[in-house]
Amino acid sequence: MSNQQVEAAPTQPKVENPRVKAMKDFYRRLKKNVPALIGFYTILILVIFSFIGPWMLSADPSDTDVINKFAGPSAEHWFGTDHLGRDIFTRIVHGMKLTLGIGFASVFMGAAMGIPIGIIAGYYGGKIDAVIMRLIDILLAFPGILLALAIVSILGGNLINVTIAVAIYAIPGFARIIRGSTLAAKNLEYVDAIKALGAGDGRIIFKHILPNVLSPVIVNATLYIATAILTAAGLSFLGMGAQPPRPEWGAMLNDGRSYMRDAGHIAFFPGMAIVIVVLAFNIFGDGLRDALDPKMKK
Amino acid sequence: MSQKQELLKINNLKQYFPIKGGVLGRTVNHVKAVDDISFNIYEGETVSLVGESGCGKSTTGRAILRLDDPTDGTVEFDGQDLLSMSKKEMRDMRKDLQIIFQDPYASLNPRMTVRQTLNEAMEIQKVVPQDERNDKIAELMETVGLQPHQVDRFPHEFSGGQRQRIGIARALSVNPKLIVCDEAVSALDVSIQAQVLNLLKKFQNEMNLTYLFIAHDLGVVRHISDRIIVMYLGKIVEMGDTKSIFENPQHPYTKALLSAIPVPDPEKKTDRIFLQGDVPSPMDPPKGCRFHTRCPFATEKCAEETPELRNEDYMEGGHVAACHYMKDIEAGVHQPTKDTTTVRG
Repeated sequence: MSNQQVEAAPTQPKVENPRVKAMKDFYRRLKKNVPALIGFYTILILVIFSFIGPWMLSADPSDTDVINKFAGPSAEHWFGTDHLGRDIFTRIVHGMKLTLGIGFASVFMGAAMGIPIGIIAGYYGGKIDAVIMRLIDILLAFPGILLALAIVSILGGNLINVTIAVAIYAIPGFARIIRGSTLAAKNLEYVDAIKALGAGDGRIIFKHILPNVLSPVIVNATLYIATAILTAAGLSFLGMGAQPPRPEWGAMLNDGRSYMRDAGHIAFFPGMAIVIVVLAFNIFGDGLRDALDPKMKK
Repeated sequence: MSQKQELLKINNLKQYFPIKGGVLGRTVNHVKAVDDISFNIYEGETVSLVGESGCGKSTTGRAILRLDDPTDGTVEFDGQDLLSMSKKEMRDMRKDLQIIFQDPYASLNPRMTVRQTLNEAMEIQKVVPQDERNDKIAELMETVGLQPHQVDRFPHEFSGGQRQRIGIARALSVNPKLIVCDEAVSALDVSIQAQVLNLLKKFQNEMNLTYLFIAHDLGVVRHISDRIIVMYLGKIVEMGDTKSIFENPQHPYTKALLSAIPVPDPEKKTDRIFLQGDVPSPMDPPKGCRFHTRCPFATEKCAEETPELRNEDYMEGGHVAACHYMKDIEAGVHQPTKDTTTVRG
C-alpha cells in the first residue's frame, strides 16, 4: 500500500522503457545458462576480433615465406605456415570476417525472404498457403549442399553467390517456422480484438503477429548461422566458393588436405576455427531457445 | 419495450463452416454452427445469449462483428446492413461495435503495454486527437478501476480481473454503442465476476450502452440481462424477458438448463432434470426439432416437423418458444414419453 502511494506521488513515476525492461529480463535469464553465455561471449569476441585483428597483424595473408613453407607452429608463425609458406594464423584471422560475414549475411537474406513468405502463407491460408508450402517442400526435397552446389554452379563460384546459395537454402526453414507460429497467433483473441477495432492486415501482421512469432526465428537464425558457415566452408572446400588466394577457412582446409600426413597443422587449424565458431553458435542458439521460451520465466 | 429504438436486427443468420476432406481438399460437409436465427436488440438493453458449449452462441457474436463472415442472412445495425458493407465501410462502423473476450490472458497482446494497447485502439478509429490521448487513457484507467500509473505495465503484470478491466477499457476507448461480451466473466473468480458485472452495469447507465451478453452461467445472466435468448445446436429454442424465462420457462431444454443452476442450500431438494445423451453433431443435426433426441417429451411429430418460435396467450412480454407441445406440457396434458428425470445421488 505504501509502495503504491509512493508511486502515485504527483511527480511522474520513473517509467522504464518497456523494451529496455524486456531486454534486461532476457539477459537475466540468459545469464543463468553458463554454456550459452560462453557461446555468446565467444561469438562477441570473434566478431570484434574479425574487425580489429587484421589491423593488429602486420603481415598480409597472401605473403609467402618460401623458405619456411610447411613450418610447424613456432613463435614466429603461431599456427605454422602452409604449402606456400603463408602464415596460417594471419590467414585465419583475415578469413574470420569472410566466414562470419557469409554466416550472418546468408541467414539475414534467408530470413528476409523466408519470414514474409511464411507470414503470408500462415495469415492468408487457403490456396496461397497451399501453393507456397508446396514450393517450399520442393526446396526442402533437395539435400542442402547439393542445392547450394547447383545454385553456385548456375551463378558461378564466388563468395557472393555462395552467400546467395546458402540463403536460398535457409528460406524453407524460416518460412515453415514462421508459418506455424502465425497459424497459432492469428487465432488468438488479441488478434480478433484488434480486428474488431478495425485494424488492417498490415497492422495486424507487423504489430501483432510478427513480434509474437519472432522468438523461434531468432533461435533458428542463430543455429542456422552455424549450418551456413559449415555449408559455405564445404562449398569452398569443394572449390565452388572462395577462390584462391582468399583465406576462406573451407578453402584453407582444402589446401591442407593434400599434406595431411606430413603437415597436419595446415588443415588442423582452419578446421579447429570452424569447429569453435560453429560450436559457439550452436550452444548460444540452444541457450537462446531456453531464454526466449516464456514457459521458462521464473 | 416496443417504443425503444431497435439497434441491432438479425435476420435468418446462418454460419456454416466447411469441412474439407479427401486428397483434393474438397468440402465434404458443413458444421452448421448457427442455422437460421433471427432476433432484435433494442438500444440500451442487455440481451443474453445462453446455451451449452457448441450451440453457436459465440459464433453468433463473432458473426455480428464480422470476425467470421456469415454464410447467409442479414445483420442490421442502426438501420445499415453490416454484411453487405465493404471492408472499408465496415472498418468505420467498428467503433460502434466492440467485443470483450472470455480469456483475459489471451485477449491482450503480451508485448504491448496497456498504454500502447489503448492508444492503438484510438489511433485506428481516430476517435481522440493524438495530443489528448494520454489524458483519455488516464481517464479510461480510472473509469475501469485501475491506477493511471499502471499504464506502462505489460499484461503479464496484472491479475486476471485487472486484465479483463483493460479489455473493457479498450472496448470503451472508441465510444461504442454495442458491446458483445463473449463469456466476459466466465474465466474470473466469482468475487471478481461481480465486480466486473457491476462495472459493466455502471457503464451501461452512464454511456447508454447496449450489451449482447454471451454466457453459460444462468446466475450471471439473471443478474444482468433484460432479455434472454436460449440456443440449442445452432437454433433459438426460446426467447423472452428475463423474468418470464426464469419464472415460466416453456421449452423442455430451457427447463433442464434452469434446473441446473446451483442452489446455495445443501438442504434444499431440487428437481434436477438430467438430460440423457450428448448434444448431436452440428454436422448432421437431427431432423425436426433438434432437441428431440434428448427431449423427455418427444414424439414422432417432433422428429419430423421443425417447430417454429411462437407465443401462447399465457406467455408474457414477447416470450416465444419453439416446441410443439409447450401448451400441452404446461397444462399437464402431455406427459413425458421417456424417463429422463433422475435425481442423482
